[in-house]
Amino acid sequence: MDKIIKNFAIGLVALIILAPLGLMAVGETFGEWGPEEVKEKLGFVPPGLEQLSSLWSAPMPDYALPGIGDSMTAASAAYILSAILGVVICGGLLYFVGKKVAED
Amino acid sequence: MIPIWYYAGRKLSSELKSRQVPLLALSAAFSFVIMMFNVPIPGGSTGHAVGAAIIGIVLGPWAAVIAISVALVLQAMMFGDGGITAIAANCFNMAVVMPFVAYYIYKIISGSTEINSSRRVIAAAIAGYVSLAVAAAFTGFEFGIQPILHHTAEGVPLYMPYSLNVTVPAMVLEHALGFSILEALITALIFAYIQRTDTTLLYGEKSLAKKTKMKKTTAA
Repeated sequence: MDKIIKNFAIGLVALIILAPLGLMAVGETFGEWGPEEVKEKLGFVPPGLEQLSSLWSAPMPDYALPGIGDSMTAASAAYILSAILGVVICGGLLYFVGKKVAED
Repeated sequence: MIPIWYYAGRKLSSELKSRQVPLLALSAAFSFVIMMFNVPIPGGSTGHAVGAAIIGIVLGPWAAVIAISVALVLQAMMFGDGGITAIAANCFNMAVVMPFVAYYIYKIISGSTEINSSRRVIAAAIAGYVSLAVAAAFTGFEFGIQPILHHTAEGVPLYMPYSLNVTVPAMVLEHALGFSILEALITALIFAYIQRTDTTLLYGEKSLAKKTKMKKTTAA
């Protein structure tokens, strides 16, 4: 049991290190366009989208750190940092809550 | 989505065993990271696997609802990925439809075969493949009804400009020819690994601890 968890954790660390591979894919996922991309495609921004897009500003939009620069190294570092944050927050939260509700 | 989350939470707290907790935590983390692996496809678009199929099979669909929802909500709030206003739709497609479809496909194809039979690996792969395609179809449908539901008086779409005959084929084809294959591979690989190491981890299987305990009591 513990060995499996350990091996999964090792696999996850490997995935985190490889995560910047996901940056190499150019283009945006279907339907996940931001206002600028929709404008490029259509020539206008749908009015509702324009309104809603200012509803929330994420602290690390697009898995990037504001002001770190656009180089591939900087983007990769920010991407790995994002993956680590995601793993720690998701994993930590569920581990904590799970421990509370689980029965032996 | 709120009633589904509520019910999933109730279900999880009544079913979750403490030995599953690390696995649950890893599942959410895994789903988060795997969705960062954007895969390019011809045509200039990208997409990703979700990991929902294997989580549904291993931890059960209700636990998967919670694990993947956590990953999706964090994505939206922290990284602006998927979007705040789309959280409910995204969670429904990827954290509810997908693990349930995967779990039942896996169960139906596996039938009453031995827990370590190779048929179950194939069942897991098919479950991964189909469940992502189905989730994509749901997403495509939700995109496609946007211009019908939300438009200005002049007919200008408020949010999504494309209609059903574009969005459904786009979403399903992209996934069926690309990302679903990746999801199938991930699902089969992880399933085969668990099959070789400790099948008692799988949802619905008896725990090893219980089995050995029973042996011990009978031996004594």
